[in-house]
Amino acid sequence: MNDIRLHPAPATGTPITEADLHGYADGQLPPARHAEVEAFLASHPHDQTRVDAWKEQRRALHALLDPVLDEPLPLRLPLAPPARRWPWRALAAGVAVAAASASLAWTVRGAMDARHLQAVLATAAPDRAAGGYAQRAAIAHAVYAPDMGRPVEVGVDNEKGLVTWLTKRMGAPVRAPSLSQAGYELMGGRLLPGGAGPVALFMYGAADGQRLTLYVTREAAGEQTAFQFTQEGPVRVFYWVEGTFGYALSGAVSREELQRVSQEVYRQLQG
Amino acid sequence: MRAEDEALILACIPSLRRYARGLTGDPHRADDLVQDTLERAWSRYSRWQRRGELRAWMFGIMHNHFIDGVRSANRRADQTAAGELPDVPVRATQADHLEVRDLDRCLQALPAEQREVLLLVCVEDLSYQETAQILDVPMGTVMSRLSRAREKLGALMQGRDAGNRLHRVK
Repeated sequence: MNDIRLHPAPATGTPITEADLHGYADGQLPPARHAEVEAFLASHPHDQTRVDAWKEQRRALHALLDPVLDEPLPLRLPLAPPARRWPWRALAAGVAVAAASASLAWTVRGAMDARHLQAVLATAAPDRAAGGYAQRAAIAHAVYAPDMGRPVEVGVDNEKGLVTWLTKRMGAPVRAPSLSQAGYELMGGRLLPGGAGPVALFMYGAADGQRLTLYVTREAAGEQTAFQFTQEGPVRVFYWVEGTFGYALSGAVSREELQRVSQEVYRQLQG
Repeated sequence: MRAEDEALILACIPSLRRYARGLTGDPHRADDLVQDTLERAWSRYSRWQRRGELRAWMFGIMHNHFIDGVRSANRRADQTAAGELPDVPVRATQADHLEVRDLDRCLQALPAEQREVLLLVCVEDLSYQETAQILDVPMGTVMSRLSRAREKLGALMQGRDAGNRLHRVK
């Protein structure tokens, strides 16, 4: 691995390396370097023999494996996204409607059987790697943010109790960042089923009625990611992993606005 | 998901199947690998976000599944040192020369990590840079694996020739 002869892509005019010979056989050299290697090989028959053998390997491997390209695809290969994506699409459509008419939000949510909803929240995007929870966060936002009647389980009037309760259930200290400076007031929070264990969901509201949710999960613990962005329907999500928690901030707001608030959340939760 | 994105994923399937066939040497196991890769790709699609070439992203998923399979086979077999990829034992006996006498057998006799690099570069025509990203290793590692794979495959194929000659003489 540290063999300097194997370092690729040296500059024109420098001595020919082992990597150049491979690059030549694989057609990966810039034209000028390719010509230099060609000239080198003309006077180095031993290396020419090796390179010829490598090219012959390429040809033989293609001859062995290329017929696979022309085989009909087996029936068992999934050739379309799995059907379980539909509940999410229905929800996304629901949110669009709810944005136009808040009273419809109840209808949308009411249409979903509660147990079915729990299953969707627990199984969407089952991969456990960092960010696998982002889709679940978007779904949770779509379900709870339009809820005018009872958007949170425990209100902000009992913030201390809320944080204590979530900390106890999550098994690690959970904090609700203060986003007043950013224009959003904490409304409260609730506990949700996640891909692996419980999830804390904090809800924030702006003066104009816009809502953001902060989804806090432990399932991505230990992984480190930069800010990542995803969008599902009208809901935009910024998500990242810090220490033992994965965070996702969701909202039906502009990407710039969401990023601004995400950076504030990140700043507060880092320490 | 947009229809053209679905079409992009579908367009990758033939080369994924070719790569998987070369990795496993077995049509059934190869399609198991392709199936796992596609299921993961569909469910994670929203995370790809056009952050690179789709084909390379899907080869990366296949690499992870393949290595997981190799590692669990290792644990089951309990015959390879921890952290090492399995290496089909090739003893220098005449009978073994006869056993590994075709290219497919020689290919499967390479260590899995060398087989991956050889196939991605020689058959899938991926750049060294893309190969390094897919396998999540430095480019120098790609180059040294490629060099060793070519040397070893050449030796195995020559062994085959020797075996054939011996066979003919007898």
